[in-house]
Amino acid sequence: MSQAARAGAVVDRRVRKPWPETWVAAAFIAPAALVIVAVVLVPLARAAWMSLFDISLVRPGDEPFVGLGNYIEQLTSGDFWAATFRALWFTVISTALELILGLGLALLMDQPLRFRWLLRTLVILPWALPTIVNALMWRWIDNAEYGALNALLTQLGILHSYQVWLSNSDLAMWMVILADVWKMTPLVAILLLAALQSVSPELVEAAKVDGATTVQAFRHVLLPLIVPVVLIVLVLRTMEAFKVFDIVWIMTGGGPANATQTIAIYAYQTAYQGYDFGRGAALGYLIALVIMVLAAIYLRLLGRVGRD
Amino acid sequence: MRSSRGRGVLALLAVATLLGACSGAGTQASPGTGNVTLRALFMKQAAYSEADVKAMTDSFTAANPNIKVTTDFVGYDALHDKIITDQIGGGGTYDLFLMDTPWPAEFVKAGIVTDITDKIPADVKSGVFDSAWTAATYQGKIYGVPWINDTKFFFYNKKMFADAGITSAPKTWDDVVADAQAIKAKGIVQYPIVWSWKQAEAVICDWTELAGAMGGANFIDAQGNATFNTGGGLAALEFMKKTIDLGLTNPASLGLLEDDVNKTMSAGQAAMALNWTYGYAVMNDPQNSTVAGQIAVTSAPGQGSTTTAGVNGGMSIAVSKTSKNPDAALQYALWVASEKSQEMDTANAFPMWKASFDKPDVTKANPEYFAAAKNEFENLVARPVVPYYTKLSNALQVAIQTALQGKQTPQQALDGVAAQLPDLQK
Repeated sequence: MSQAARAGAVVDRRVRKPWPETWVAAAFIAPAALVIVAVVLVPLARAAWMSLFDISLVRPGDEPFVGLGNYIEQLTSGDFWAATFRALWFTVISTALELILGLGLALLMDQPLRFRWLLRTLVILPWALPTIVNALMWRWIDNAEYGALNALLTQLGILHSYQVWLSNSDLAMWMVILADVWKMTPLVAILLLAALQSVSPELVEAAKVDGATTVQAFRHVLLPLIVPVVLIVLVLRTMEAFKVFDIVWIMTGGGPANATQTIAIYAYQTAYQGYDFGRGAALGYLIALVIMVLAAIYLRLLGRVGRD
Repeated sequence: MRSSRGRGVLALLAVATLLGACSGAGTQASPGTGNVTLRALFMKQAAYSEADVKAMTDSFTAANPNIKVTTDFVGYDALHDKIITDQIGGGGTYDLFLMDTPWPAEFVKAGIVTDITDKIPADVKSGVFDSAWTAATYQGKIYGVPWINDTKFFFYNKKMFADAGITSAPKTWDDVVADAQAIKAKGIVQYPIVWSWKQAEAVICDWTELAGAMGGANFIDAQGNATFNTGGGLAALEFMKKTIDLGLTNPASLGLLEDDVNKTMSAGQAAMALNWTYGYAVMNDPQNSTVAGQIAVTSAPGQGSTTTAGVNGGMSIAVSKTSKNPDAALQYALWVASEKSQEMDTANAFPMWKASFDKPDVTKANPEYFAAAKNEFENLVARPVVPYYTKLSNALQVAIQTALQGKQTPQQALDGVAAQLPDLQK
């Protein structure tokens, strides 16, 4: 054996065999996976376990097993369903308005306007505000004594006397929806604008050359092409809106007379104000279930659109 | 919600772990030197300020150099949660904490407060207003040293009253209605009365005070049955609704808290209101009020044979069950509650000592206010002291607001809560 060959054999022995690729991948993923297990899966499992017990923080040491009792109690409770329907009401109205207004804004921003950059910057502003700031701002706008809304509407002659917006059960939810629509419409608009810009302008032009009106071109050419994005926006907004908490909590605290008590607020009050952790955990799972059902419906729709 | 549920639980775990890690750090008795460290939880909102507490604490540590006291402050709305999570979730960081009137029952049931009935000196027991002891007592045993004496007084705008030709403060709630009608008729303000009737504890306080004047505020009888849907409770809610129907109460009241009431009065948009002791200084502060100097105060009106009734808004200092130095903790509580400590600053809170009200050098700051306060403190009514108080209060808040908006009659709304009572007691 030559010197060189001997040296090569030594090197060969020193170079370790590389790890299989999957092992390397696993090693890289492991820290993140561990964190996820610790901060998501463990609490989730713990909450599921807790939901089977009657746990009250102010009654330490007395935590009887109740099986599905907490779930059955909620599903047969008028308060639970009232809060669920309030959340659905908020979700349907606010999502629909955000979608309609967002599409309108997106179409406008898609036009070759002179100050388009300025328009796009201004439109995104409400979304850039933190939700808490937005909620506080709208609470002031809706203030019965000093609020801008009353001042504006009376000066325009639409109202003759000041309205109590947030302390009236019939109006409070609408005011919260208004605040949410003002904040979230920009996000919808920007997402739809991105979809619109991915559509080749030639398609619309070709339709117009073939004699289609602007409305027809939108209805039959543009809209079908952006439907997948519309559906994704719908999924996102529905899931977010159904579990709405912060904007309602700041603006009304769930009042007056529970008129804006959505399901997330009901769960919070049960768990953290009533210290009923067993019931609170069960509520958390019920909310997750409703959202999963909604998501499944949308995903089916999305799959169908994708196949078309 | 799934992930936020997870986050909620996680946050709780994190808090529990942290508190667990800190527990024991609160109270340390170093053997040999006899040095003790106490940790106390106070409130930064109304009544005594942080500076007041610091002054009281400094005087205590000057007299007791072997005892060190750390004080923490949270807003009222966070106080109850902080006590519960600390004492039950975390194993107890605090030796002492502030306890509101409706809480002793719940805290006793949860086993987090120490029975100090036999450790209260006789002169303290007899020198302090009876109502202050009620606020710290559950089933005949004392669990807190009374520290804040508070109730809702009746504030009115002297100038508006004079402009409407009214020469004296109202003595009864019927007088209040008549005076408000006169002020409204003159066009002085659109809504003469403003209240803190938001869906919060605030509305329960106003309702209780009115009930006390209108036939009594014994809301739950000894057998645990509802009595709030008859007598004083019902009459009070009917009165509240009547003032809305007559256009005398600002309809925005259903969304207001005590601070908002101060603001509405300070802006000159209302002629009368109920509020806690601190309201007087706030509404008469030229920096923040356009009607400074015009706001007068009197004992809350009565009705019929009742001359006045106030809601018991007292708070006491409880010694926690987890304290390693309960004797030193009690010593501190008695010090900050002493006549001397309480007379240091009477602008933010009245003393709970009966004798203080007869000392000219104490009352000279505002003799009329002291006279009104003494009168009302002798006639306080308490909110129900039951272990399920938080749930009961939440249900009553909703019922009261439902009735005030005319969605149900006062009778229907309160009967509804009475029907729910077995569920709430679970």
